[in-house]
Amino acid sequence: MGTTIGIWIAAGLTLFIYSFLYKDNPFYKFAEHLYVGITAGYWIIYTWAYVIQPMLLDPMIKNKQFILIIPAFFGIIMLTRWFPQISWLSRWSIAFTVGMGAGLGVTGAIQGFILPQVQATLVPLTGFNFETFNNFLIVFGVLTTLIYFYFSKEQKGVLRWGSKIGITFIMVAFGASFGYTVMARISLLIGRIYFLLSDWLKVLR
Amino acid sequence: MLKRTLLLIVFLILSISLFSENDSLIFLENQTPFEGFAITGKDIPNDGGGGIEIEWSFPDSLDNFFLTVLRKDEAGNNSIVATDLLVSSKQVRDVSSEEDPSRVKDGTKYYYTGILSKKMVDEDFLNMLISKENGYSKNGIYIFNNDTFYVTAETDAIISKASWFNLSRIPVVISLILISFVFLYYLNLAKSGKELYIRKINGLDAVEEAVGRSTEMGKPIMYILGIGYVTDIPTIAGLTILSRVSKKVAEYETKILVPSYDPVVMTTAQEVVKEAFTEAGRPDLYNKNDIMYITQDQFGYAAGVDGMMMREKPGAVFLQGLFFAESLILAETGHSIGAIQISGTTETAQLPFFVAACDYTLIGEEMMAASVYLQKEPMMLGSIAAEDLLKVFIMVLIIVGFVLSIFAYGFNIGIFKNLFDLLARALQV
Repeated sequence: MGTTIGIWIAAGLTLFIYSFLYKDNPFYKFAEHLYVGITAGYWIIYTWAYVIQPMLLDPMIKNKQFILIIPAFFGIIMLTRWFPQISWLSRWSIAFTVGMGAGLGVTGAIQGFILPQVQATLVPLTGFNFETFNNFLIVFGVLTTLIYFYFSKEQKGVLRWGSKIGITFIMVAFGASFGYTVMARISLLIGRIYFLLSDWLKVLR
Repeated sequence: MLKRTLLLIVFLILSISLFSENDSLIFLENQTPFEGFAITGKDIPNDGGGGIEIEWSFPDSLDNFFLTVLRKDEAGNNSIVATDLLVSSKQVRDVSSEEDPSRVKDGTKYYYTGILSKKMVDEDFLNMLISKENGYSKNGIYIFNNDTFYVTAETDAIISKASWFNLSRIPVVISLILISFVFLYYLNLAKSGKELYIRKINGLDAVEEAVGRSTEMGKPIMYILGIGYVTDIPTIAGLTILSRVSKKVAEYETKILVPSYDPVVMTTAQEVVKEAFTEAGRPDLYNKNDIMYITQDQFGYAAGVDGMMMREKPGAVFLQGLFFAESLILAETGHSIGAIQISGTTETAQLPFFVAACDYTLIGEEMMAASVYLQKEPMMLGSIAAEDLLKVFIMVLIIVGFVLSIFAYGFNIGIFKNLFDLLARALQV
């Protein structure tokens, strides 16, 4: 019985959300507000159960890790935004978070993107065959794309042509990525329609 | 009496046979399935401690056999590291984790033993081996309930320790030093007053056009920062562009809506918009409720922003920040209400959707450059110039690799092969 009610609610809300394809309407509004409200509430509980309690309260109370008072302090001063006289205090937390993010981003980008990307471009050119042509395209595509993202000079002459070829490579890559992702989205749609026809309407078995 | 004695004998014989069938154990000391049957262990290099790597190299014919690894500490406590690993996996790591932080203690001596078997290891046999009384110090062949288990000799004592440096990341340190040097050089250059050039970014003129159009139509502007956190670089770039857009909004005396995914991003956006309105001389127009929190659920956020778009009907929609699967949902809704849309993100998988559904798109780093172009601060211009120099360096590196590759593999010249491999290894992280 519980499952049946659940299926009816899920099917109803699916149709309410899909009704947005026609136009904004009270059914969509209801589903939207329900969804936003439930998820906002869910994240409050999630933050408490998976962040504040296990990462702050438990280690501090049970394991006496009092060093955690520092992040707790930075967290609490975020709440000073409610009091205009001392709301400037919240900027400390924001500054710390932004600075830390930017700093970590530098090493992360070097290790995760720049060096592996350069290394992946060092490809063997073994002779006149398809693999060599493919590898040549990789090198040429990377170089011209880098020219497109060169900002310190006006794009004239060689830079202009290099940049044009670079954006062509980018657009070809985008086209492939677009097609690939659309395919994945279609499979999600199929999954939803299958749910409606199978679990709800029982038309499909 | 005789009858009773006979019955007792029969009962005893039956009991012994049953007992021996269930728990029969035959041990053949020092017998091995092949020469060099052993496992080895070592401290995991370049780690923070609390980890030992156990390796084995058995003949390929045993690839489908199972290996169970046991550990004994210096106090004689036995425990199971891993059971029934496929021999073909060649190694296993015994590491401390968040759940079990004292599993492997630095400075403690550990001894490891492997049990090779064709079938999965018998639990009773395993319990017998690790029991304190038996231990598993004897290597050889154990036949337990007709199943054969080959037990290796104990490894030498292995001690886990933390490394001061992760030597595998030397290329990262060198790159970091190089990048820092180049950045500091250009920042000093910018400070000294040298004028640095940045080319015009396509689509930026549209910012003013979009805000102006919205104002003329009497519609608000919507600025969506995506689902990134304030620690994400695209979100930071999005906030810089938000500053410029807000200033224009204040100058045109119109309204800006910033629905936010993350509370910290919302707070930062409030600060940015407030400052921009103050700079434009219109702090009175600032309304912090226009920069609101929606939810931290990806599609909940998308549904909320879509609904808001349909109701508020903004004349211009800015999508600047970090976007994932919700990108097309947002961009398509913006398109359907006829808003002029300017998007920008570094997420390559989402950029195609923005290119398809928006009027202007800032691709990847263009977004960062756009924020610099709009502010034209000498320090930020310095950082763009430094980045460009590093790009030239990378291009040179790729061209060198390309030329080396031609000589190494095209013309088969040994010295170039060595140089090519050296370059590839130097970039390995």
